[in-house]
Amino acid sequence: MTTTEIDNIAAVSAPEKKRSGVIRRLLKKPLGLISLIVLIVIVLLGVFAQFFSAHDATFTSLQVVNAPPGTPGYILGADQNGRDIWARILVSINVSVISGLIGAGVATLVGTLFGLLAGYVGKKTDAITSWTFNLLMTFPALVLVLVLSPVTGGAYQATMFIFGLFLAPSTYRLVRNLVVGVKNELYVDAARVSGLSNRRILSRHVLYVVRGPIIISVSFLATAAIGIQSGLAFLGVGSTLTPSFGSMTSDAFINVYSYPLQLVWPSVVQALLTSALILLGNAYRDALTDAERPTRAERRAAASAAATRTRMVRARTAGAPDVSSARSLLTVRNLSVGYAQTDGVLKSVVDGVSLDVAPGEIVGLVGESGSGKTQTAFSILGLLPPEAQVEADVLTIAGDSLVAKDSRELRKMRGSVIAYIPQEPMSNLDPSFTIGSQLVEGLMAGMSRKEAKATILQLLARVGIADPERTFASYPHQISGGMAQRVLIAGAVASRPKLLIADEPTTALDVTIQAEILDLLRDLQGELGMGVLLVTHNFGVVADLCDRVVVMRNGQVVETGKVRAIFHEPAHEYTQQLIASILDENTVRTDPAPHSDMRELEETK
Amino acid sequence: MIVYILRRLGAGLVLVFIVTAITFFLTHAANIPVANNILGAGATQDQVAALNAKLGLDQPIIEQYINWLVGVLHGDLGISYFTSEPVASGIAARLPVTLSVVVVSLIFTLVLSVILGVAAASKRGPLDVVLQGIATLSFIFPAILLGIILVYVFAITLQIVPAVGYTSLAESPSGWFASIILPAIVLSIAGIASLAAQIRGSLIDELGRDYVRTLRSRGISDMSILLKHALRNASGPAFTTFSLLFISLFGSALFIEKIFALPGFGTYAYQATIQGDLPVMLGVTLFSVLLVVIVNLIVDLVSGWLNPKVRVS
Repeated sequence: MTTTEIDNIAAVSAPEKKRSGVIRRLLKKPLGLISLIVLIVIVLLGVFAQFFSAHDATFTSLQVVNAPPGTPGYILGADQNGRDIWARILVSINVSVISGLIGAGVATLVGTLFGLLAGYVGKKTDAITSWTFNLLMTFPALVLVLVLSPVTGGAYQATMFIFGLFLAPSTYRLVRNLVVGVKNELYVDAARVSGLSNRRILSRHVLYVVRGPIIISVSFLATAAIGIQSGLAFLGVGSTLTPSFGSMTSDAFINVYSYPLQLVWPSVVQALLTSALILLGNAYRDALTDAERPTRAERRAAASAAATRTRMVRARTAGAPDVSSARSLLTVRNLSVGYAQTDGVLKSVVDGVSLDVAPGEIVGLVGESGSGKTQTAFSILGLLPPEAQVEADVLTIAGDSLVAKDSRELRKMRGSVIAYIPQEPMSNLDPSFTIGSQLVEGLMAGMSRKEAKATILQLLARVGIADPERTFASYPHQISGGMAQRVLIAGAVASRPKLLIADEPTTALDVTIQAEILDLLRDLQGELGMGVLLVTHNFGVVADLCDRVVVMRNGQVVETGKVRAIFHEPAHEYTQQLIASILDENTVRTDPAPHSDMRELEETK
Repeated sequence: MIVYILRRLGAGLVLVFIVTAITFFLTHAANIPVANNILGAGATQDQVAALNAKLGLDQPIIEQYINWLVGVLHGDLGISYFTSEPVASGIAARLPVTLSVVVVSLIFTLVLSVILGVAAASKRGPLDVVLQGIATLSFIFPAILLGIILVYVFAITLQIVPAVGYTSLAESPSGWFASIILPAIVLSIAGIASLAAQIRGSLIDELGRDYVRTLRSRGISDMSILLKHALRNASGPAFTTFSLLFISLFGSALFIEKIFALPGFGTYAYQATIQGDLPVMLGVTLFSVLLVVIVNLIVDLVSGWLNPKVRVS
């Protein structure tokens, strides 16, 4: 009940960036303030126990055995041995607080120290410490704490020290992962270049980032330690002379059916103490993340801006004229895609794009990365994330308007009319299923499993896979990138789509395979008579394959026309630059990695 | 594969060796007055010395350890100082009780946390808040108190299940279930929220991956993507959490047993610890570490099997 939860909690806590005002934010939160006050009151009651109680916690009087609450001098009554329950609770607070401090303190010190070392020093240190702490984490900690308790003569402090060691792995992992993350960030490199010593880098940059999550984890570690101490005392392990919540619960448990109230008091105070700790930790985490997140007013603005947000495409104007001509396969008019920023302002990534694809036509959608071409393609496919706000006057595929279609209808279109070939072949196959099973699944709506398998095997052979049966039964990691792209092409054309959208289909492949894939696409397009929207940054591919081209920049269409015309007379300056970037190359089919003009230059040398 | 299992078992045995050795030396060096505990307060010095000699506690600690180790290697864990019951049969009688509770609790935890985690990952928003609330509550609310409340309601007031004691599975399956259902529920509370949060996180990661978009582009339903593809890929990390959960539930079970008066491993360990019954304490340690080693090995094998990259090669 310790390590996994703390891992989850820590995962939620983002590294702090703006620390200023975190404490103030914490105190502004009602939950944070109340938890803090409750915690302070409880701790003070424990510290000044003798001033708040009339009797000593171990003083017994036979006259008050099991006295009810309200007995003079015994606010909460007395237990079966005639001891003042209130006095015992006050002393128990100290035991719990000290247990929490020792457990969390040891875990935090040990975990942080080794976490910093492992994350910062080097691979060898990291390997050894990680191995040790992983081992420690799998120890049956509670059994060992129990068995080893006589070793320390029953002092709960020593038991908590041992338990703290068993808690350390969660802090260790938290700190180590954060440090590794920070270390890879640029600013520590910069600090190193500027000549700061290792120790100073650790304390100034790394500790700065890990401090927030550590503070949060402390509240959970302390709670765990308090719980275990109380559990051990409930069992009866350790000195019976020290009153604690656990031993009080244990005493009360014997009489639970005659004097249930005796059980309530220690449980309530312990629950108050631990909940104050946990809620304070939660409030601190919220205060930390709030420092990065927009304020409530900003969020409200964002919410109202996104009030009508939905994944389906919205018509911009009511009754917009349907300008799609009868012969057009895909018609897009005035398409916009935007994302609400954290400050509530809508950031537009596609702005008023219009384009057409005729049946059997290959249209290139060209632009540098960030030009909005992929966003345009995904909005036609209906595959943008729910945060995206898509609007269009007209968005029609094969005479079927996508505007205001719900997700179910859109899904049906994706399985039949429209298909998609991704850029990165390997990451687009589900690693846990065989290639056959994931391709067959897409066809199951229209045919039996047997038919689907036969179709897929035929298609795999068609896209140039030598041993279709074997590839069918293979897992994605067993095939090469080029084969994976053929598989994905087979998957895309399996449903005989009318429109194929290919997003940089050759960018991630070796140069030799690129040409083959382009040839395959051209052949399939001819055989199936598909319209193709080919998204690419490369004019070489366009020249090779496309009939027409649409050039995009900064979310807008800058130029449209026949490929030949645009190549000969590019009207827009940006188009001229794009074309110029391939003219030096020996072959138009060289398709370098995206968004890197530098690499493009190097490869042509 | 067999080489891998043997190597892992070998490493596990080294761990068992180290942990039991540490426990042996710490407990034997702690001068627990074993003979006095057995003979009572009125024992004379001669009686104590005689008993110490009989138990072998007067020998050098290294010699005692070697004797113990040789015994263990021959399958002899020694005899309890107090009950004269062989430790091995003592453990064999009590481990099934604790394992019953832990395994049933793990099944509860797994089923409920998968449901909660999947729901939270697909719906987000309000369910997230509920999940966080459960997590916080389970952390705060003393499990012992929950146990007592459940006993009060279901065993005393409604009398649906017995309040205390254990019925073995062989004796009566329904009686067995009735005797462990309450402890299993109490034990599950802490794990459900943490495992659900883990599943939710992994699922959200998976749902953001490229292959999910490509599957959607083929018209595959959201349900299939969530429950078949994403869940399958998310099961690896969740399974690792599950193994840590087993260890911590096994530990927590020690506390729960007292409330339900279950004659389990925890009660056995606790009795031995209180009395200073050294052979039992060591036997308990040995079996706990062995159990952890075996569970970790099984978890690794299953995660390997879940991951086709490991399975096929």
